[in-house]
Amino acid sequence: MNKHLRMYGPVIAAAVAVVVLQLALSASHAPYYMTQVTMSVYYALVVLGLCLLMGYAGQASLGHAGFFAVGGYTAAVMTTCNLNAYRDAALIGWCRSVGLLIEKQDLYGHPMLCFSPWPACITALVLTGLVALLIGVPVIRLKGHYLAMATLGFGLIIHRIVQGAQVFGQADGISNVPPFQLFGDLEVNGRAAFRVQNYYIAWTVALVALVLAINLVHSRVGRALRSIHENEEAAHSLGVNTYRYKLATFVLSALFAAMGGILLTHYNGSIGPSEVSVMKSVRYVAIVAVGGMANLWGAMLMGVLLSFLSLRGVFGTYDDLVFGAILIVMMLFASEGLLRMPNWRALRARLQGKPHG
Amino acid sequence: MAETLLETRNLNRYFGGLHAVKNVSFAVTRGMIKAVIGPNGAGKTTLFNLVAGSIPPNGGQVLFRGRSITAWKPHAVAAQGIARTFQTTKLFPHMTVLENVMMGRHPRTRSGFIAGMLNLPHTWREERQVRSKAMEILADLNLTEYARETAANLSFGRQRLVEFARALATEPQILLLDEPAAGLNIYETQALSRLILRIRDRGITCLVVEHDMSLVMSISDDVVVLDQGAKIAEGPPRAIQRDPEVIRVYLGDDHAAAGKS
Repeated sequence: MNKHLRMYGPVIAAAVAVVVLQLALSASHAPYYMTQVTMSVYYALVVLGLCLLMGYAGQASLGHAGFFAVGGYTAAVMTTCNLNAYRDAALIGWCRSVGLLIEKQDLYGHPMLCFSPWPACITALVLTGLVALLIGVPVIRLKGHYLAMATLGFGLIIHRIVQGAQVFGQADGISNVPPFQLFGDLEVNGRAAFRVQNYYIAWTVALVALVLAINLVHSRVGRALRSIHENEEAAHSLGVNTYRYKLATFVLSALFAAMGGILLTHYNGSIGPSEVSVMKSVRYVAIVAVGGMANLWGAMLMGVLLSFLSLRGVFGTYDDLVFGAILIVMMLFASEGLLRMPNWRALRARLQGKPHG
Repeated sequence: MAETLLETRNLNRYFGGLHAVKNVSFAVTRGMIKAVIGPNGAGKTTLFNLVAGSIPPNGGQVLFRGRSITAWKPHAVAAQGIARTFQTTKLFPHMTVLENVMMGRHPRTRSGFIAGMLNLPHTWREERQVRSKAMEILADLNLTEYARETAANLSFGRQRLVEFARALATEPQILLLDEPAAGLNIYETQALSRLILRIRDRGITCLVVEHDMSLVMSISDDVVVLDQGAKIAEGPPRAIQRDPEVIRVYLGDDHAAAGKS
């Protein structure tokens, strides 16, 4: 019981802080800050997944913006492409009859037939999972820098594809992505009227993801992942299928990124190639590093904070430079991360002048 | 006749032009302590790694309970009930001693990603059992007081003991010990030999690669001697001590001649 309190207590505290922040922002002169917080929380979802992969399984990825894009673009394409011309096709007819499609009108009043957001969301997640698996099967065998290079290559390929392909809107990206009606009146919608509601939707998704991640790292699987990170050979000799564990974590973290991509795309009503740039991937890595690598709370906090500052334009035109610099400084001076949980036992022992071992 | 637990047949391994293990065949009977000895570079550790799956052989077979486990990956070998320790102790340095030993329960437990993320009730139960079993093993090796200590902070001898505890936590049928006495002082070595005998008396077969002759001769039931990758002798310790070929390899031709006369 005590253990569960220790694990979930901070989550409850965080939920309270979220409510307090909302009340404060609503009362302040700048309630629109809430919009940027909401967006930042979706970015933090990507960071959270990457933290699992980098901090716990010890695998680097410079391609997470790619997974974000696979999720976001799939959702965007499916909810905006007009299937009206194919309405007589058997497959489309079947999709309509089971409620996967919705009828609407475009800006000029022409009839449109698109996928509704739920099937689009599920397809996007499945597709991202498959892509991650396809990339992961050969790439996860690589170690260290080679893995980083391979995932970087993946990110570059996705970037070029969305910039070049007509269906992804090339440099313009995809706009007019409809809101995502979740349940009843709840919908992921960027309009000001939905601001408070979406603030809470984003945080709920993020805190649920955080709880899942916390559970995972405290489980048998989490222990096995840390053991791979600490000494792969020993972990392997103790029956840990190191390859499968790394691959599964890779796919899981890609799914976190895709979830962030899907929800943010619906929230913004659009997605563009800037979301897929390599610098975005570098940024996620930098945030995980600042957050303390194997520190889910640090990743979450830094993910929201730094994304928020960036979205507010605090870094101005030096945006990418700031994150690049952060990464360099972190690697040079604090490869364990700034927010690494202090080792209280070691600290206490030192204060009491007690030697170790 | 006791059952043959582990067997190698004509095992071969090359590293480039070096023939590190040459046609080595031997068998380990259930319940015995078998030692593999030989001078530096004789191929002892390579032989060990071939059995444990760390490297695949270029030829030959490894059989466990009559079934081929040749070139299986280490995790699959471990799942069969074969545990090992390493020549240079390989603990998880930033994990606590307890967590290290809990890792040993990995092949005996099942909760996967989904169960772990959802923290289902059966995963708690499993986790509780893992913890209590690990504590039991730590108590058995007098390590209880170090359970919450970070593994890297322990002395060298205790780290080795923790590695033993971790291997024992897998409840192995056979324990492969790679130079367990390396770096230990004489008292620690004596304690170690008592420990290995105790492990054997509980029914866990041991295969020991060792340099320390006194340890090998005092505890093992059977000895295999390797030289330049090939098996040159096999038998009980008393016979091995008198074997002229073994004496030649260890002490040189003069001594071998003197031993004969």
